[in-house]
Amino acid sequence: MKRKGNGQQRKTIAKVLRYIKRYWGYLGCSILLAAFTVAMTLYLPLLIGDALDLIIEKGLVDFDGILTILKKMGVIILLTAAAQWIMNACNNKITYNIIRDIRKEAFDKIERLPLKYIDAHSYGEIVSRVIADVDQFADGLLMGFTQFFTGVLTILGTLGFMLAISVKITAAVVIITPVSLFVASFIAKKTFSMFKLQSETRGEQTAFIEEIVGNQKVVQAFSKEDDMLDRFDEINERLKKCSLRAIFFSSLTNPATRFVNSLVYAAVGIVGAFLVISSAESGQFGFTVGSLSALLSYANQYTKPFNEISGVVTELQNALACAARVFELMEEKAEEPDAFDACELKEADGRVSLSHVYFSYVPEQKLIEDFNLAVQPGARVAIVGPTGCGKTTLINLLMRFYDVNSGEILVSGTSVRKMTRKSLRNNYGMVLQETWLRSGTIRENIAMGKPEATEEEVVAAAKASHAHSFIRRLPDGYDTVITEDGGNLSQGQKQLLCIARVMLLLPPMLILDEATSSIDTRTELKIQEAFGRMMQGRTSFIVAHRLSTIQEADVILVMKDGSIIEQGKHEDLLAKNGFYAKLYQSQFANHPA
Amino acid sequence: MKKLLVYLKDYKKESILGPLFKLLEASFELIVPLVMAAIIDVGVASADRSYIMKMCLVLVLLAVIGLVCSVTAQYFAAKAAVGFSTKLRHALFAHIEKLSFSEMDKVGTSTLITRMTSDVNQVQNGVNLVLRLFLRSPFIVFGAMIMAFTIDVKAALIFVVAIPLLSIVVFGIMLASIPLYKKVQAALDKVLGLTRENLTGSRVIRAFTKEEEEIARFREKNASLTKMQLFVGKISALMNPLTFIIVNGATLALVWTGAVRVDEGVITQGEVVALVNYMSQILVELIKLANLIINITKSIACGNRIQAILETEPSITEREPVSRQGNAGSFIVEFDHVGLSYAGAREEALTDIHFSVKRGETVGIIGGTGSGKSSVVHLIPRFYDVTDGNVRVDGRDVKDCSLEELRKKVGFVLQKSVLFKGTIRDNMLWGNENATDEEILDALAVAQAKDFVEEKQGGLDFKIEQGGKNLSGGQRQRLTIARAVVRKPEILILDDSASALDFATDARLREAIRGMEKDMTVFIVSQRASSIMHADKIIVLEDGGIAGIGTHETLLSECAIYREIYDSQLKGSRKTEAVG
Repeated sequence: MKRKGNGQQRKTIAKVLRYIKRYWGYLGCSILLAAFTVAMTLYLPLLIGDALDLIIEKGLVDFDGILTILKKMGVIILLTAAAQWIMNACNNKITYNIIRDIRKEAFDKIERLPLKYIDAHSYGEIVSRVIADVDQFADGLLMGFTQFFTGVLTILGTLGFMLAISVKITAAVVIITPVSLFVASFIAKKTFSMFKLQSETRGEQTAFIEEIVGNQKVVQAFSKEDDMLDRFDEINERLKKCSLRAIFFSSLTNPATRFVNSLVYAAVGIVGAFLVISSAESGQFGFTVGSLSALLSYANQYTKPFNEISGVVTELQNALACAARVFELMEEKAEEPDAFDACELKEADGRVSLSHVYFSYVPEQKLIEDFNLAVQPGARVAIVGPTGCGKTTLINLLMRFYDVNSGEILVSGTSVRKMTRKSLRNNYGMVLQETWLRSGTIRENIAMGKPEATEEEVVAAAKASHAHSFIRRLPDGYDTVITEDGGNLSQGQKQLLCIARVMLLLPPMLILDEATSSIDTRTELKIQEAFGRMMQGRTSFIVAHRLSTIQEADVILVMKDGSIIEQGKHEDLLAKNGFYAKLYQSQFANHPA
Repeated sequence: MKKLLVYLKDYKKESILGPLFKLLEASFELIVPLVMAAIIDVGVASADRSYIMKMCLVLVLLAVIGLVCSVTAQYFAAKAAVGFSTKLRHALFAHIEKLSFSEMDKVGTSTLITRMTSDVNQVQNGVNLVLRLFLRSPFIVFGAMIMAFTIDVKAALIFVVAIPLLSIVVFGIMLASIPLYKKVQAALDKVLGLTRENLTGSRVIRAFTKEEEEIARFREKNASLTKMQLFVGKISALMNPLTFIIVNGATLALVWTGAVRVDEGVITQGEVVALVNYMSQILVELIKLANLIINITKSIACGNRIQAILETEPSITEREPVSRQGNAGSFIVEFDHVGLSYAGAREEALTDIHFSVKRGETVGIIGGTGSGKSSVVHLIPRFYDVTDGNVRVDGRDVKDCSLEELRKKVGFVLQKSVLFKGTIRDNMLWGNENATDEEILDALAVAQAKDFVEEKQGGLDFKIEQGGKNLSGGQRQRLTIARAVVRKPEILILDDSASALDFATDARLREAIRGMEKDMTVFIVSQRASSIMHADKIIVLEDGGIAGIGTHETLLSECAIYREIYDSQLKGSRKTEAVG
């Protein structure tokens, strides 16, 4: 299990490296500068120590020597600062460019994913991969560059410098520091389960809040406020307990490691002081007060990166997990590309035929089996059936959002597989029940399929779909900006815009969903008119709710539970006295009281 | 934010002891360099090994005391912070439960959810940090400076210069980058919006073959995000180098001044070492402090948002219920010249709605979108308050009834069919806590839901996922109807709640409801003429006013709007009537 996880992690790292490779110049620069910065940062205490050794006591101060050292220090300080700045800039450049690349590719992928994937995943989940996960990854990556790297270098460098000053003291430090690491990892391990419990409880609480606050109206309608508060409190109390534990125990890390650091400091102090005395007694002055001061500051520096690194490692692991999720999306199989010899469907003549079509979303659940249909140019096909009978399935196939499992769909006598998706879809005009508008102005939305449309054309389309009058009344008319998903428009108005969008193009074939529920009666009549005008001479597939539409259709497809169970003309189907007849009785004929 | 501090009241002891122990710890930390100076000046200078040992024991002792103090402090801080947020969450939830429909509409549920979850967590975090660190960091910074003064005034002046300089750099860069980070966030939001839009609109985008253009749009937004990030990055990248220069520059100055002062015989070598040590302590704490301040600002912002919610007063409050003396005559629901305008709306949603309904009647309400159908029925259980006239249920003004009593009488099926996580039975018990399985099954039968419930695995014990995801729209709708029917309410309101049902099921449902207990009054709101045409009384609404009241027949002949609706939906049915 664990090995599998590691393998996966390794693969992810390899992929991340591929992205990093594009910026190897910056990376090399960053590494060199990091090494320089660390070396210089460590060299400074040594210089300070040297200077301190020249300050013995009253009258015993070598000002010239000190000045030389200080000058040297000044230069080093400025150089190091410059190096740090450039290094930071490089790191930023690498990180932000990489995530830009990743986002770009992820988005490209979204546009090419089969709808099957998009339908099967919640939007929120995909969005969070592209946004939140990539963000988290960026944070981790940046931290990795800035802290992990310099951290490791600092530890190694400090060890080197300490060894150069005194082997004994270095030994003392090296022996004690693992204690700090051990303490930190011990606490992390202990608190992991507490944090897990906390986040689980939090998740439970959030789910509860979402459910109850999100549906406040129902809660109030049934006067369940008090019951819900009791249930909330129960979760809240549990959360309190596990939060306290998690927060308290995790907050022990700092004091504990600080304690170990203090011990190291004391140890360096005692060993160092003894060394100074003994080297003074032996008259060699190899180990001076200056060396001690340098060592003390190393002892401080040496332990810090350990704490940082353990934090960074978890952060990096998290970042890798996020990256893996993004990569998973990016490696999802894209829509099967158009055949290499795919032709462009110029202007369809309106013939559509389906022969021996088999289709299902999941193999276990058969939907459409051996379906045959030949539609003449300009014919109207009405699709009827109870709610949820799978009327959209047919639209999915016609538009080639999904591919048939077997059989063929022909448009203008050519199999849709042999033409480019683009040209096929350009020949259809689609108005769905779920109105979707993009954020942008009304004009942009109407002209979506034809950005080069003139003002007159746009207005004409809006007039034809009876959208013009309400658009005119909007604060900025055609320039009114629609917020995401048309939040500032009514459902009916959105629908009218969707119709106007198709009205502007008038492609040879139409797919319409007679959505009636959201438009008031009068507008509906007008839309009906507009639909009629639009359908004139065009092959149309209509998800029908209105009797008149059905009666005027050339073919009615009756769907139930996802499959087409009857097909024919209104009268024939009635005569057949099957499911359609029953449906018709219940929907349109007057009710037998 | 201030008002939220009430919730910290029960943790007074913890909120005082926490910072106090933190200060103790910091004080001990400040003594360390002095001890080290003593080791150098006394121990090393006179080669007194036992003195050095003693002093090192003092160091260890200081470390132990520091550890104990800080652990104590962490405990108190965590306890206070967690206790605080628990109380806050409780208060917030209780308050939100009391908010009425108009406030919920105004604030929006997603906002409320954010307030209750991430905002409260942020505030908890802020309280915890303040208790732990807010005193500690300034204390160490100034403590170090004061200690420096006790060593040597002249050398300490370097601290007086360095500390403000450092503060300016640290806080300046933070302040400069905060608004920029907001811009980055806004750019990120744009990228997010576009991504979401492309998912929700994938069908339309592909139908119009706009993929390439969308990709181009995304590139542009993405590139501007990157540009922004790099710009902010450049500014915050200044922090390290600048502080590095200041701290090391100050150390350099300290060594020089130290050299001069030692030469003058004012201080010792060990004391110079101590001064250098203090300098390095300051930087760490200042950076901590700056981060802390950012966190606190965030927490305060969250706190203020939470407070704003707590200060939102529910508009519907219960009056002292008037004793039950209204004439419980034959009218169960009466609208007396009712007008309603929603908060913030320019025009009235309902104007002069006047009608009365007898016990046991079935009332159909029909009209176009926005004509006010839903508004009318929402007034019956007092989800909103009328702005004009009054609504009487059972002869009493709804404002004189207790909300619970009033709503007990009403079974309301909302447009949006909502079910809760739990079994089907759990959901049905919402309607009536004491319902037996038999009663539930009866209600399910009325709602035309019995068949599919029995087919589900476990029947009534079938587990519904959150939001009813594992049921179809039609099934959800029927269950919500059953939930209201289980109440055996005096008034059953179906607010366009059969829209996902096919006409046949809808017809059977209405028939079953009619077959229920005699005196239940039923309101059916619908867009479909077929759903309401058999009602005892049909109310036709247009633009918030009544366009006609009557039976199907009278309205057909008298009300033009009704006729129009009827014709548009059922046109053509007459010529085939013979078949039916």
